[in-house]
Amino acid sequence: MINFRYSRAGDVADAVRQIASEPRAKFVAGGTNLLDLMKYEVERPGHLIDISRLPLTGIEETASGRVRIGALVPNSDLAYHPLIEERYPMLSSAIRAGASQQLRNMASTGGNLLQRTRCSYFYDVATPCNKREPGSGCSAIDGHNRMHAILGTSEACIATHPSDMCVALAALEANVNVAGPAGERVIAFADFHRLPGDTPQRDTNLEPNEIITAIELPARGFAQNYTYIKIRDRLSYAFALVSVAAALELEGKNIKEARLALGGIAHKPWRDENAEAALRGQNATRDTFKRAADILLSGAKAYAHNAFKIELARRAIVRALTQAAQGTPQSQSNKKVL
Amino acid sequence: MPTSTAPDADTSLPGKIPITLTVNGTEAQLQLSPWVSLLDALRDRLNLTGTKKGCDHGQCGACTVIVDGRRVLSCLTLAVMKDGAKVTTVEGLASGGTLHPVQQAFIDQDAFQCGYCTSGQICSAVALIAEGRAKSADEIRELMSGNICRCGAYPNIVAAIQQAMGRA
Repeated sequence: MINFRYSRAGDVADAVRQIASEPRAKFVAGGTNLLDLMKYEVERPGHLIDISRLPLTGIEETASGRVRIGALVPNSDLAYHPLIEERYPMLSSAIRAGASQQLRNMASTGGNLLQRTRCSYFYDVATPCNKREPGSGCSAIDGHNRMHAILGTSEACIATHPSDMCVALAALEANVNVAGPAGERVIAFADFHRLPGDTPQRDTNLEPNEIITAIELPARGFAQNYTYIKIRDRLSYAFALVSVAAALELEGKNIKEARLALGGIAHKPWRDENAEAALRGQNATRDTFKRAADILLSGAKAYAHNAFKIELARRAIVRALTQAAQGTPQSQSNKKVL
Repeated sequence: MPTSTAPDADTSLPGKIPITLTVNGTEAQLQLSPWVSLLDALRDRLNLTGTKKGCDHGQCGACTVIVDGRRVLSCLTLAVMKDGAKVTTVEGLASGGTLHPVQQAFIDQDAFQCGYCTSGQICSAVALIAEGRAKSADEIRELMSGNICRCGAYPNIVAAIQQAMGRA
């Protein structure tokens, strides 16, 4: 482990003040990803600012019927909170599909958004990686890329975003509340994570001197017709090859509103407006679902070892929309995909 | 409790930070560098070597301990961040000469072979039972998936946890 200085933030303003005055500083909350990356010397902050004691731990309904989740709510508390289980069961399900109970007990809501790719070349400091060392090249493009992205890739980077929680948050159209030297601002979830382009070192549009204070969920929670399916190499405690969050609002057989977000296939939780538009107003049938899957995957590009993900994603989308339409969401303990 | 730590005079190394941990009911005062993990603090400073260092990267669960009632990975926890916390390790589970029901169940059900993952498995299982969310074998397996056993004693571990749940 590298050496670093340590301080505690007294409040959000103090946290913002401290990070502005320390160019090599980073915030630490749960630490589950950052400390691991520091052990590998992928991250080398000179100073950690401990924000874990800030009072950002509430989950509350706002006057407008939205739900505000404090950035320091542990993932496990969020997954099992009665308000979330009742109104946003897709979010609860996605969180329970990720990591282990120990990690969910530690990891914060805000930190989950900021976790970095698990691309093995990003972790291996002996190999070139544009995300870790801009301009050094991408080892994955012509390397072992079975786990890598099929949509939104660039010549510079084909890494995926590792989060399950974020896939559900994307489908729910959450907002990210942040604070910085210029005050507070709100970032729509779709605008929070970035595609790699030619700056894969930047995962998100959060500025280095900003802090996430809360996540806000719209009132619409899709509690009747939703699912989260995660396909992975082990039954539990493994990152997704492909995951799908699907949510529908139905009137009889007719789809009034549809949300579809995928994990494990892109540098950010992947949504496609055209795929969702192809579901709205249609009857909830297998053909409708297949058409949406075809649209979403029409631009997919495979590399040497991940071509299987395109067909896997197609089938997972159809299966997820079927589960959502039937009101039979995927169990996260009995892993049989029905 | 310091809110910030001044570097040493030569600024090459940050100073040590005084913290208090209550480990298995006993208060301990420690002076630690910021980068010392809770795992290393327990093993190397407090000589509580029951908690094991497996991968040291949060992937195996061997270092699982219970902090303020929650099971966490001590290898990915900075000790200085837990100033004031109550920590329970495998050494703190038995009362007097009587093993904790989970410890006894691991013996009864032959739930370990080499034993390296066992203290993490047991701490994880104690917390799992306290959480109260696992009822079926599927749910036990899912909520214990953060604890890897290279000997493959999983069926016996599930049986041990079921036995301990029956007693609770």
